[in-house]
Amino acid sequence: MSALSAWLAMGGYAGFIWPAYGIAAAVLGGLSIHSWRRYRASVDTLARLQRQTGVRE
Amino acid sequence: MMTRLANPARFMRVSGAALPWLGGATAIALAIGLVWALLLSPPDYQQGESVRIMFIHVPSAVMAEGVYYLIALASFVALVWRHPLADVAAQAAAPLGAAFTLVCLATGSLWGRPMWGTWWVWDARLTSVLVLFFLYLGYIALVNAFDDASRGARAGSILALVGVVDLPIIKFSVDWWNTLHQPASILRTGGPTIDASMLVPLLIMALGFGLLFATLLVLRMRTALNERKARALRLYAVEPRATEAAERLPAAGAAARMRRA
Repeated sequence: MSALSAWLAMGGYAGFIWPAYGIAAAVLGGLSIHSWRRYRASVDTLARLQRQTGVRE
Repeated sequence: MMTRLANPARFMRVSGAALPWLGGATAIALAIGLVWALLLSPPDYQQGESVRIMFIHVPSAVMAEGVYYLIALASFVALVWRHPLADVAAQAAAPLGAAFTLVCLATGSLWGRPMWGTWWVWDARLTSVLVLFFLYLGYIALVNAFDDASRGARAGSILALVGVVDLPIIKFSVDWWNTLHQPASILRTGGPTIDASMLVPLLIMALGFGLLFATLLVLRMRTALNERKARALRLYAVEPRATEAAERLPAAGAAARMRRA
């Protein structure tokens, strides 16, 4: 068994360790992407409204 | 620092400058932490490789509780002093706390299956953390359940403060009841019982999770303030004269509404 496949097998716990890291990455990564997209959208919307109304703060 | 950042405009300036640094520090800490957790740290003599789940389970548990303390503190400040950023902070933090709690529960379950032989038990620690998850969801639902945002914020603050009773129960559940979940091994009298080869990556991952929270909290607070300002501008665009008459100056009006909302 190569070093890589031995590492991926995680001493027989691969079926628990990788899903644990996968869930953490999906939940926290997903929330990060969602938060970033909403932030960009809020910046763009505000800039557009400031252009339209001519109001700047 | 609380009072110096009290003004939303100043918060936007300071947080805008801090955001790239927070994001960069998060990426570095998580990268080092993950390599250490998955490659460099040794397998446990009892748990084998499955101990690697602890490098995300423990930091997410710490964040699940810590974020709730922060929401409760912000709610208190919002109720007592009407701090203009307190509600914004609490509401921005709630989905983050819920996410950390979900990760904590899911990774705990994936560790429990091979180590305890069960995905789930109604053990005091597990149950009280599940209650914490529902407190987060309840807070988010309640805040958004009102047409009037300020009433929603106040109801949410009260719920958040009442829910604080769950936190000491989580902390001491492993001492008060003879539970399946093991007692504390880091914050205990007599020092940590974990070897440095595992404690160091655990602390780095905890730092990474903390930085991730700080980054996303700032990002979400900025989003909320931008959206609030955009709402005020939309009102002004629809009826500039009425808005101006009511508030004299549109800029002052927007600020006044931000303070009130």
